[in-house]
Amino acid sequence: MAVGDRLQGYSGRVREILKESGVEIGDEIEVEVRDETYRGILMARYELADPNYIVIKLPNGYNVGIRVEGEVKVKRIASAKKPRFIPPPKPKFKEGLPKVTIMSTGGTIASRIDYRTGGVRPALTAEDLLSIVPELSNIAEIDAKILFSIFSEDMTPELWNRMAIEVDRLIKDGVDGVIIAHGTDTMGYSAAALSFALQKPPIPIVFVGAQRSSDRPSSDAATNLIAATRVAGHAPFAEVCVVMHAWHSDDLLAVHRGTRVRKLHTSSRDAFRSVNSPPIAYVKDGKIKLNSENLNKRGSREYRFEPGFSSKAALVKFYPGMDADILEFLVEKGVRGIVLEGTGLGHVSTRIIPTIKKLHDDGIFFGMTSQCIFGRVNMRVYDTGRDLLKAGVIALDDMLPETAYVKLSWCLARARNLEEVEELMLKPIAGELGERSMPSMEVKLE
Amino acid sequence: MKIDYQSIGLKVGLEIHRQLDTRCKLFCECPTEFVDGGREIRFVRWLREAQSELGEVDPAAIFEARKRRKIVYHADTLNTCLVEMDEEPPHDLNREAVEVGLVTALLMNAKPVDEIHVMRKIVIDGSNTTGFQRTCVIALGGEIIVDGKKIPIQTITIEEDAARIIERKPHEIHYDLRRLGIPLIEISTAPVINSPREAYRVAYAIGRLLRATGKVKRGIGTVRQDLNISIRDGALIEIKGVQELDLLPKVVELEVIRQLHLLKIRDELKKRGVTEQMISEEPIKDVTEIFKKTRSRILRRKIDSGGRVLALRLRKFGGLLGLEAAPGIRLGAEFAGRARAWSEVEGIFHTDELPGYGITEAEVRRLKDFMEAGELDAVIIVADEKSKAEDALQRVKERAIEALRGVPSETRAARSDGTTIYLRPRPGAARMYPETDIPPYPISREYLEELKRRLPPTLDEVAESLSRKYGLSKQIANELIDLEKVELFERIVSETGVKPRVAASILAEHMKSLKREGFNVELVGDSDLFEISKLIAGGEIAKEAAPEIIKWLSKNPGKSVRDALDALNLRPVDMSEVEKKIDELIKRYKSMIEENPRKASSVIMGELMKIYRGRIDGGKLYQMVRERIHGQGGGS
Ligand SMILES: [Zn+2]
Repeated sequence: MAVGDRLQGYSGRVREILKESGVEIGDEIEVEVRDETYRGILMARYELADPNYIVIKLPNGYNVGIRVEGEVKVKRIASAKKPRFIPPPKPKFKEGLPKVTIMSTGGTIASRIDYRTGGVRPALTAEDLLSIVPELSNIAEIDAKILFSIFSEDMTPELWNRMAIEVDRLIKDGVDGVIIAHGTDTMGYSAAALSFALQKPPIPIVFVGAQRSSDRPSSDAATNLIAATRVAGHAPFAEVCVVMHAWHSDDLLAVHRGTRVRKLHTSSRDAFRSVNSPPIAYVKDGKIKLNSENLNKRGSREYRFEPGFSSKAALVKFYPGMDADILEFLVEKGVRGIVLEGTGLGHVSTRIIPTIKKLHDDGIFFGMTSQCIFGRVNMRVYDTGRDLLKAGVIALDDMLPETAYVKLSWCLARARNLEEVEELMLKPIAGELGERSMPSMEVKLE
Repeated sequence: MKIDYQSIGLKVGLEIHRQLDTRCKLFCECPTEFVDGGREIRFVRWLREAQSELGEVDPAAIFEARKRRKIVYHADTLNTCLVEMDEEPPHDLNREAVEVGLVTALLMNAKPVDEIHVMRKIVIDGSNTTGFQRTCVIALGGEIIVDGKKIPIQTITIEEDAARIIERKPHEIHYDLRRLGIPLIEISTAPVINSPREAYRVAYAIGRLLRATGKVKRGIGTVRQDLNISIRDGALIEIKGVQELDLLPKVVELEVIRQLHLLKIRDELKKRGVTEQMISEEPIKDVTEIFKKTRSRILRRKIDSGGRVLALRLRKFGGLLGLEAAPGIRLGAEFAGRARAWSEVEGIFHTDELPGYGITEAEVRRLKDFMEAGELDAVIIVADEKSKAEDALQRVKERAIEALRGVPSETRAARSDGTTIYLRPRPGAARMYPETDIPPYPISREYLEELKRRLPPTLDEVAESLSRKYGLSKQIANELIDLEKVELFERIVSETGVKPRVAASILAEHMKSLKREGFNVELVGDSDLFEISKLIAGGEIAKEAAPEIIKWLSKNPGKSVRDALDALNLRPVDMSEVEKKIDELIKRYKSMIEENPRKASSVIMGELMKIYRGRIDGGKLYQMVRERIHGQGGGS
């Protein structure tokens, strides 16, 4: 979206006509076309749609598109009214509440709508946020910061690093909890990254997002944010975690360990699930219920700040018919380590094993995870697995492929040689490895 | 009450909503016909409206926000998917539904829009999981002619139907999601209707026009009529959810009576010298002490559970609260409606209706003494949690002040007896913004031309052609259409060979008049009517027998037409037995035949009909009698 474009989405002839008529989005206009006269407020145009239409909001609130053909007259009736929202007074915090900082990285966790133009404006300051989600003021003393304004798919290892540095600073400033509002697409990666960079932190570092945007009445943003604030301010544990809906229902939220969580649904509120390990806690009726024993306690004195992520790591999913040249290409481009997402227990085609061996001999790291997502790799069961081990591939146990990729990026930034990378990748650091494997629940048919 | 609607300046506009009979819902592929046997899941949601940039205060939104409560959705997996659960973005706008909208627009001479934009209309009572209803304008303008009068159409929209309320508790509301997303068409007329009867006629005409598309659902719950009603000096009142067409005139009439009544009360209050200040400065007092030992069940229950009884004096309102203009239309009911809707209290009473409800005369006397209420004053009491009761009496105060001004503009809900209750304040400008998940939907000129070429006939045209083809009166043809029996009628005529007029009178006249008499004719199936017609065509029964058979079948569901013939003794008769009987009667009336053969044959016919009514065609029997009389006469 081109910010500041007063004819947003319009192009070609229609844009010319509007420009010449001196109108802009939000103006009340009159359009005369094909013996019909329409009156309403000029609206932004949906960029992907046919450019030959003018969209207006009728006095009854409905938008309609008017096809522009032949002679067209556009006239301005009244200029756009600028939104004049006056935020309500900042609610008073109760005495003695924990201090929680909410850092936004993009997306909107809370927003206002301009019903005139349909524009959505995110809440950016603490005041704004509190006026929209006033419940927060009963849970913690909130501060708000904007770290980035990017789509989560534009996140990079470099940005993970900046995020980590910022959180470390907040820890040193003495806040009681940090919330990172994050787009959901790559939230799992960022949570894993901070798990490695901020080890055994003294305070909870909570990632939160929304599967339904905050301009909708049904958005999960507020519920998730309220629960995240509770965890950040009051949880007895100090883990890097993700707080999102546990199911379709608004009344149960799950707290997932940052290295164990994966987005497993494109749109549902319960998209985030802990994999190969249960959620570490739940939030229900405003109470935190622990679901795990091995948790880093709030106030931990073993905090270690270990920033640094390399952009020389890659994550490659194996598929039948894959050409080994892909791996060669990545290495040519400077990649120093590859996490493979193999089939089943951790396999790739025997045809590409010689290439892996050759690259490994040249000092490239290879780690194996499974595209099954659930379960552990075991490369000693079949010949192919054993051949891969011989070629130098490290079996990464039950680590999630994405977590393994993030960890590799972190390892490459600090290990001096391949041996150190291989050693570090198998060393449990942030709960990413080796929990007991649990059965799934029995299916009961009536 | 006889009301001159013209002189009071009645203006009514209609909004007719009707479910479309499309294969799938408006934004997903779930069926619009309920499928039984699915698995039900339940989940909880909270809704909160994103604040408006303009910072405007919408009274209706405040009303809903106050009542923010836990919403429990019941989702049947055969009828709902992630779209209705708001767990997946909507799929494309249903083409079939758009087409019904466009066909309707063309039938009404409305102008289809060039490009459809789906909007989100904020509704946060929980009836939509998203917190908004998706809706779009299909066409603007247009008109229908009703009884020679032009009724302008303002908009034709297509929108998604809402979820159905299953249960409402103080802090929790349950909805069934099966209905959510069924396409609805909404036709709104200009407020040009001037009488209750005309409201009915217009709604009826729109209903017939919609049915011509062949794509609207029938039956309970598929139609909902909203009205806006105003009279001169009154106010614009929105009435929501009239389900029965027949109820429309009554709703309009009662609303007019209500507004006139409120105007009359306004005048009376003025005459009594009541001022706004007199109401606003009245204190709310705690009178629980007076009712400590009350036998009133509702007060007892509230007091026992820790509630209080609070009272408000309304000076010079005495007698006006209980004054009834029509059943249920009283100022007292207005007060209670307002208090119940905003504060959700149950026990609210006023002194015009007391003693009563278990409250004794002595209690009323002590109440009035305590409140220092004189003869002309009224006292309102509310029993509930203290804060709720207080809030309720504040609402009563507000409403009492409005009574000084006349009719407050508000949204009311229709009840099945035609009366209405306060629902919420009238909303400000609709809170609508674009549904960005659905791209704009262009309507090409070529597509419209094609639709115009295959426009279905209107029902008037259908009636015309039926009456021409089968020699039926216009009226009976229209009845067949209204009863949805045209298809059955044509099948019966072509397959049984029965006379069209006979078939039409069975399907339309008999069914209708028997229904009016209270017979459950819905229990008589199409196959039964087919069978009856076939027997008539074959001469096995007389056409006069049809109503008797239908009556019997309606009282004996599950039984066959053959069972009816046995039970009613309508089995075909043995002709030689009939001849024997005729001869016997001729013998008996021999002298009469000689004196007055005309009179004799009619007496004999009377005797015969007593025995054979419905079993032999009357005309045929008469023929036989004539023949036998002549035969006898010739022989003597
Ligand atoms: Zn569905």
